[in-house]
Amino acid sequence: MADVAAVREQEARIAPPAPSRLSWSWLGLVPFFLFCTAFLFLPVAFLVIGSFNDRAGNLTLQNYADLSTGIIPGAFANSIEVSLVTAVAGGVFGFLLAASVVLGGLPRVLRSGLMTFSGVASNFAGIPLALAFIFTLGTLGFLTTLLQSLGLTGFRGVNLTSKLGVEVVYMYFQFPLMVLIIAPALEGLRREWREAAENMGASAFQYWRHVALPILTPSILGAMILLFGNSFGAQATAFQLTGGTLPLVTLVISSQIRGDVLHNPGLGYAMSMGMVVIMGMSILLYTLLQRRAERWLRS
Amino acid sequence: MTTATATAAQGARRRRRGFGAWWAWVVFILGALYFILPLIGVFAHSIRTRPDIFLAYRQVFADPAFFRGLGYSFLAGLLTVVISLLIIVPTAYWVRLRVPQLRPVVEFVTLMPFVIPPVVLAFGLIRIYSQGPVRLASTDTGLNVMLVGAYVVLSFPYMYRAVDTGLAAIDVRTLTEAAQSLGSGWARILSRVIFPNLRTSLLSGAFLTLAIVIGEYTIAQVLARTTAFAPYLSLLGRNQPYQPAAVSLISFGLTWLAMILIAFLGRGSRTRVQVAGAR
Repeated sequence: MADVAAVREQEARIAPPAPSRLSWSWLGLVPFFLFCTAFLFLPVAFLVIGSFNDRAGNLTLQNYADLSTGIIPGAFANSIEVSLVTAVAGGVFGFLLAASVVLGGLPRVLRSGLMTFSGVASNFAGIPLALAFIFTLGTLGFLTTLLQSLGLTGFRGVNLTSKLGVEVVYMYFQFPLMVLIIAPALEGLRREWREAAENMGASAFQYWRHVALPILTPSILGAMILLFGNSFGAQATAFQLTGGTLPLVTLVISSQIRGDVLHNPGLGYAMSMGMVVIMGMSILLYTLLQRRAERWLRS
Repeated sequence: MTTATATAAQGARRRRRGFGAWWAWVVFILGALYFILPLIGVFAHSIRTRPDIFLAYRQVFADPAFFRGLGYSFLAGLLTVVISLLIIVPTAYWVRLRVPQLRPVVEFVTLMPFVIPPVVLAFGLIRIYSQGPVRLASTDTGLNVMLVGAYVVLSFPYMYRAVDTGLAAIDVRTLTEAAQSLGSGWARILSRVIFPNLRTSLLSGAFLTLAIVIGEYTIAQVLARTTAFAPYLSLLGRNQPYQPAAVSLISFGLTWLAMILIAFLGRGSRTRVQVAGAR
């Protein structure tokens, strides 16, 4: 979803004059839609229908009503909290990091280094990432023992099975993603704008407060929403860290698949739908914000 | 006031040309530490064995399960790439050339995996194919088919994007008409004209897909593909003290390799961002 922006940019460029008469041309898309039917539409449709059915197959809204029972509200709350925290913290830090290489005047080599490393780090997730943090900040981790030997004897590492622990680990793929998304927007800030502001006597603070930040706000918000979705859908990392003891929506759904822990498959379907709705809303918001951002950052 | 502004501007320019602002260094070093410390930690842990500090690596490389996992996931990744390309290239080409009015529909569908988290997709797959007429979930082959199918769907967002970007850069219509006037059929146009011209974008999409599939855990776990690389590593992480660190580092190296290849292929183009990975 991150390069929705890139797509739109291309769309603007290519507008081939098309023969729009109705023909059999759509047949060329049959393989694509057949494949999507088998591996995307049918499974999703099954979940949608299942979420409105009870065990006997009767139409019901009970599954959705049951979302407010047991560990489910807590799981949604945890997932939303972790995603919000890492989206905002990762967003702010990633923004500063991107700004440090784009605007802070650091040597150019650091900039390309950061971009490559961000590409790797935003993809370095799942089991290996969780293990890396366990070996670094766990009770016997490298950093934990290092800090202890440096005199911080009270430091016991970060409890990686807690919400805070999951957030610390998620940050590893969140802020690099922010760097990748926001760097182009920062590069789109034109020098003329700054010069114009300076010529009119604006201080650096005034320039940021009244020119740069208003222009960047849709991009920043959009990117943060993307980070939110990125964290909300994550499962493997949290599973390896917590072993499923921290109820996050994805973890509850995956344990529901393994054994019917909710004692009701319909409830699992309804949870899945809840996730899809939240993800869908974030993508929609992102797209809207991106459209707004492009108003200024079109070069 | 003009002098003040001029001095400020000069100051800014000097700062830009010189060593960089102090805050930029602080932020950059913090970021670098966050990047690097876990890697140092995992490396330090992997060589904690005494007296032979490389024991964990030796054990990993002597473990058939490691190669089985890597081989399985690599094969799954290759199949995913091939199927994804065979579906996406003709589709993107056709959309651009003949049915541009369906473009929003195809684009929407390729973006759907962003909205549907892997765990939800896997959930739907396992439920629909463990009942009804097509019981893929009851055989090993069937489960493998489901796995690759799900990965192909996951690869659609960035594969479609990569191919579409590539198609935008070449004049599809002219190339097609030229090939047609020389007597080529559709299959020949695709295989001899379009595919070769898209090589760079196809390869970067392919490496990204490969890296993601090799590290993917959720879907493999749900479909009980325990030989796959990530489930193997997950289990190792629960049972062994040092080997998981060695394998994690190797896995990081593979991601790094894929990204470097992509960066190398895509020199000059903007960094592609994707978020449908193995989180």
